[in-house]
Amino acid sequence: MCLAIPMRLMEIDGNDAVAEVDGVRRKIRVDFIKEPKVGDYVIAHAGFAIERLQEQQALDNLEAIREVADAL
Amino acid sequence: MLSEASFARLPEGKKLLRGIREMELPGPVCLMEVCGTHTMAIAKAGLRQLLPEGVELRSGPGCPVCVTPAGVMDGVLALSETPGLILTTYGDLMRVPGSTPGDDLQRRRATGADVRWVYSPMDALELAQAEPDKQVVFLGVGFETTAPGTALAVLEAQRRGIKNFSLLCLLKRTEPALRALIARPDFRVNGFLCPGHVAAITGAEAFRFLPEEYGLPAVVSGFETGDLLAAVYALLAQIRDGAPRLENEYTRVVSPQGNPAALALMEQVLEPVDSVWRGLGEIPDSGLGLRKEFRAFDAADRFSFSPGQRVENTGCCCGAIICGQLNPQDCPLFGTACQPEHPVGPCMVSSEGACAAAYKYQGVEL
Amino acid sequence: MNEEIITLDHGGGGQRTAQLIEELLLPAYGNPALNALGDGAVLDLEGPLAFSTDSFVVSPLFFPGGDIGKLAVCGTVNDLAMCGSVPKYLSLSMVLEEGLPLADLRKIVTSVAETAKRAGVQIVTGDTKVVERGKGDGVYLNTAGIGVLRWPGLTPDAIRPGDAVILSGTMGDHGVTVMLARSGLLEGSTLRSDCQPLHRLAQAALDCGGVRVLRDPTRGGVATTLNEFTENRPFSICLEEDALPVSPSVQAACDLLGLDPLYCANEGKLLAVVAPEKAEAVLAALKAAPGGENAAVIGHVSERHPGRVLLRTGLGGNRILTRLSGTQLPRIC
Repeated sequence: MCLAIPMRLMEIDGNDAVAEVDGVRRKIRVDFIKEPKVGDYVIAHAGFAIERLQEQQALDNLEAIREVADAL
Repeated sequence: MLSEASFARLPEGKKLLRGIREMELPGPVCLMEVCGTHTMAIAKAGLRQLLPEGVELRSGPGCPVCVTPAGVMDGVLALSETPGLILTTYGDLMRVPGSTPGDDLQRRRATGADVRWVYSPMDALELAQAEPDKQVVFLGVGFETTAPGTALAVLEAQRRGIKNFSLLCLLKRTEPALRALIARPDFRVNGFLCPGHVAAITGAEAFRFLPEEYGLPAVVSGFETGDLLAAVYALLAQIRDGAPRLENEYTRVVSPQGNPAALALMEQVLEPVDSVWRGLGEIPDSGLGLRKEFRAFDAADRFSFSPGQRVENTGCCCGAIICGQLNPQDCPLFGTACQPEHPVGPCMVSSEGACAAAYKYQGVEL
Repeated sequence: MNEEIITLDHGGGGQRTAQLIEELLLPAYGNPALNALGDGAVLDLEGPLAFSTDSFVVSPLFFPGGDIGKLAVCGTVNDLAMCGSVPKYLSLSMVLEEGLPLADLRKIVTSVAETAKRAGVQIVTGDTKVVERGKGDGVYLNTAGIGVLRWPGLTPDAIRPGDAVILSGTMGDHGVTVMLARSGLLEGSTLRSDCQPLHRLAQAALDCGGVRVLRDPTRGGVATTLNEFTENRPFSICLEEDALPVSPSVQAACDLLGLDPLYCANEGKLLAVVAPEKAEAVLAALKAAPGGENAAVIGHVSERHPGRVLLRTGLGGNRILTRLSGTQLPRIC
């Protein structure tokens, strides 16, 4: 279930937004994102942003995986 | 933004794999992924064959297509023949047969039914707006990830007064299904790879019942190869240490409490209902239905939808296979009556469904 | 407004048909053999020859990177080129739907003419029929073609373990572009069909020597075409995941819709299986030719697991690639 990928918000009009990934655009709804801004990254599933993606969290996530691997 | 490729092509991936292969485990281990997208990602990475002997990774009831019973599909197929009705669906459901092999939405479309695939329930809503003289029904399958958006489409239909839109609500909830699975006498899974995008909505905490109530290791995982390796490693380490707990590997997306706005909208529009699962049977509160205030948009009411007889295709063992009780090869139809070109059960429909995968890998020792 | 449209009269064989031929078709791609307007073209050719046909039913008729006219010429030219022949002559049959704007037909015919010129082929015979409104998709085209065989003996039976598998560029551009144009599911400003004649790329590869077989991976994509090579034969093909060329936009669209570029159609790419000692030369020749810049060695032929096509993943695992079963549909899981 639940194919979802990161997309960047390019335009926002109320709860409607245009999101893009590598030149591919799709109209999505951002009702579930608090104060969405152009330039924000979200995880999009079936035409809805289900969560915001933040750079620092992504870096921390990567770091956590690396730490486990490097301890091996 | 840090690219997902950093997780897909993680240089440390080989190290994690070595860690998995060299892990000293107390005995044979069976892990289960309960998300169709995990199943696809695992197949794409070729992960299953890289696991050491004694570590097995099974596909659980996590594909909305696979858990929709044949009787419900029979009802959907009959619904598609309603004059003046446009049935909209995700592509996943187009080739799922009802109780008659070969009878699916693709075939119904070829013989005159108006069936269209959409990417989003919002597309179905817009279609309804564009075709006011038609009834547009959206087939709402999916789990908690999909439920808030489906609910939003209904709310929008109400707000905009789009009366010719309705939802056939076939949404399912993860937790009751996992509990039902664990309660089966033949349950033999040692740890769960928890669905990252369900958890994005529900929060990682929604899976805490696994270690706390059942003593089962649980790791919420993302979908890139690096995520899967880290999550499988974490599960095996918990099993090795005999210390089951909840871990969240997918912290860039999943928070402990989930997405409050999405949960609130689900709560506003949907309520738990009893639901039948292929293979697991009827499970109390395991489905989501429209609340009373939104019943006007319920396609089941509007078109007197009735699922067919609640039996699976004679001989098809998809149910037992989803539960991890049987291997695909144990099914009498496997490879003969049931093949990817003419699937009988849904596990053969999805290209990486347990049966389709087993069919492809027949006789190949990689 | 009185837009010029196709009517049943245009297919009646009378005045309007003649007008269509003389005012539209002959000026666009006329040549002595066609201009004679006999019941068939009389050609002076020496064999052996390659002969192929294909029908085109694409919707929409116009898409980024091409249209049905370009597709119809490329389709047959490419099939002839893959046989090891130099494409020479095409036929072009049109089934038009009543009500088709004449301007659309004009655009398609112009595109046919331009593509034929680029591919070095002449359209020497043809036919036009008109069907009632609602009984066609605007335009259906059929082309058949003849080429003079220059590089005989191309066949999957010539493939040997150790051979290299070369793809002339990125995968899935046509299939994904047309699917998006048709469905409106996503908008891809950077997506373009790869539709192009392959005769030059084929020649570039074949002139190097060592080519066992050529094929253009159209419907069903690269994975399905490679299965045609391996099925019931004593070898397998093993692809390297990290070597597969895919444009970022095609990959993004596939990720969004749950599709696999290995199974998406191409209309301007060729697959070559090449003897190991010639692989480097063929790759360099393809890369140097227009439209072959992204060519890559994507895998090798092996004796293990005969009959199969395998993909070695970045992690070192294996995946079996079967033929496409049914059609690819967007999915959410």
